[in-house]
Amino acid sequence: MKLTDEEIRHIALLARLGISDADVEKFREQLSSILENMDILQQVDTTGLAPTSQSVALENIYRPDEMAPSLTADEVLANAPAREDNSFRVNAVLE
Amino acid sequence: MNDLHRLTIHEAHALLKAKKLSSVELTRAVLKHLESTDGKVRACMRVIGQQALECAAAADKAIAAGKANPLTGVPLVIKDNMCTKGVTTTCGSRMLEHFVPPYDAHVVEKLKAANAVIVAKANMDEFAMGSSTENSAFFTTHNPWNLDCVPGGSSGGSAASVAADETIYALGSDTGGSIRQPAGFCGVVGLKPTYGRVSRFGLVAFASSLDQIGPITKDVMDCAIVLNVIAGHDKRDSTTVPLNVPDYTKALKSDIKGLRVGVPREYLVEGMQPEVRQAIEAAIKELEKLGATVDRDVSLPNTRYGLAAYYILAPSEASANLARYDGVKYGYSYRDTTSMWEAMEKTRQFGFGAEVKRRIMLGTYALSAGYYDAYYLKAQKVRTLIRQDFDKAFASYDVLVTPTSPTVAFKIGERADDPVQMYLSDVCTLPINIAGVPGISIPAGFVNGLPVGLQLIGKHFAEETLLRTAYAYEQATPWHTMKPALA
Repeated sequence: MKLTDEEIRHIALLARLGISDADVEKFREQLSSILENMDILQQVDTTGLAPTSQSVALENIYRPDEMAPSLTADEVLANAPAREDNSFRVNAVLE
Repeated sequence: MNDLHRLTIHEAHALLKAKKLSSVELTRAVLKHLESTDGKVRACMRVIGQQALECAAAADKAIAAGKANPLTGVPLVIKDNMCTKGVTTTCGSRMLEHFVPPYDAHVVEKLKAANAVIVAKANMDEFAMGSSTENSAFFTTHNPWNLDCVPGGSSGGSAASVAADETIYALGSDTGGSIRQPAGFCGVVGLKPTYGRVSRFGLVAFASSLDQIGPITKDVMDCAIVLNVIAGHDKRDSTTVPLNVPDYTKALKSDIKGLRVGVPREYLVEGMQPEVRQAIEAAIKELEKLGATVDRDVSLPNTRYGLAAYYILAPSEASANLARYDGVKYGYSYRDTTSMWEAMEKTRQFGFGAEVKRRIMLGTYALSAGYYDAYYLKAQKVRTLIRQDFDKAFASYDVLVTPTSPTVAFKIGERADDPVQMYLSDVCTLPINIAGVPGISIPAGFVNGLPVGLQLIGKHFAEETLLRTAYAYEQATPWHTMKPALA
């Protein structure tokens, strides 16, 4: 599987990952080489097999919806890059 | 008393309980040795000596009050991807360079409740993605047995600190081998418990269907002691299983008569170092001598697809888990723009290192429209096959034996620019995460002065069988008593 520059830029956009021109070339080479190693999976016959999403077969886990102590707003916001009152401050979403 | 830093947990506990040693005295000795060696090994991201001595003083009070449990007052190192309240937790990344968690991880709570003494946070590959610690955003850890070599990864700091006696024990995390491979490279004991045995609450998420926390220790007895404390159900991690936690130390008997051991031939892989193979074969003979019946021709036919399946599944889950690093809530944030999207993209461009970006890209691709069925869904179906291989094998065998890694520790820099070569060092460990079964690496000899790791694999929640086998082998061999020159 050979990836193109355009595909690399598209994947980076989907991942919201800024990417330099030099990285486009590097990732194109490296990801293509990694994906070549993944082609082996296409040889496996998986007809009729169910996918395994995790290895210990627990069913959905429910718990009562009860009030319990949680972190304070100050604790939650202590690591915020920018804060305004009790909120995270972000750039304008609508330009 | 000299060489206090060399003690195991059980040795230190006996002295503490008998009041022949105080925790403050032990912690001082450990910190002193750490300071004298870590300039060379560079295992520790952050040493918290003052806090450690305060914890040690509290532990001494608990001991005086008759409340000495096996971890009370004993120093440890914690991998820097487990949240420690008020102590910076970087995860080896610029993204979290200044992140101070407002809460403790579940395992840290358990250790603190036992009056354990945390002396340092350990270096690691960024976001636990790597096999050498060379992906740490800050520095590379060196193997205490040969400073030119890697300690393995991603829990390389944890394993190197134990091997260099800079701590009595450590915690690591393991998504594809990140406890066992560095334990093997550094000649110490490392256990990845069954998926669901230990809570990951407060562990920085990498691949949620594979991640597990476990002990890295100087011997098997210590491994059982630590597992006793960290294992168990936690309602904050819904994948933990509500099974009773046995006293794992009771499983340690040097008799393994009648134990059924299988050697899966696919793990004696092509490209394996011949001397590693010899060491593993000698270890298998030793198990036989101890009374196990060994079948050397077991087949897990889907092993060859393990690496490919893993490098679809783990990056896919990582790409979703790491979407949270957006520069808004915590962590590094690019501020030099008024555009929301540009801020997010640059935050992730400058905050993440090369391997993390590579895996986010790979995972995003495998999950994207048009490729999901061919990659992610296919890998999940192959995962079913790999799991079935183990289920079938464990119908006939109690323990499977393999090398932990195909080679001993490699040179720093040797594989840094070749992701595929780097991934191969986990080829023997990652199928175990895919199947969710427990695996332990124990010291099994040396090649050119570097340790060889023997991996034992058991069925789901059969940690007792693994520990008993590991203990019997350890007691019959000298490897765990050998120390690198700088320890």
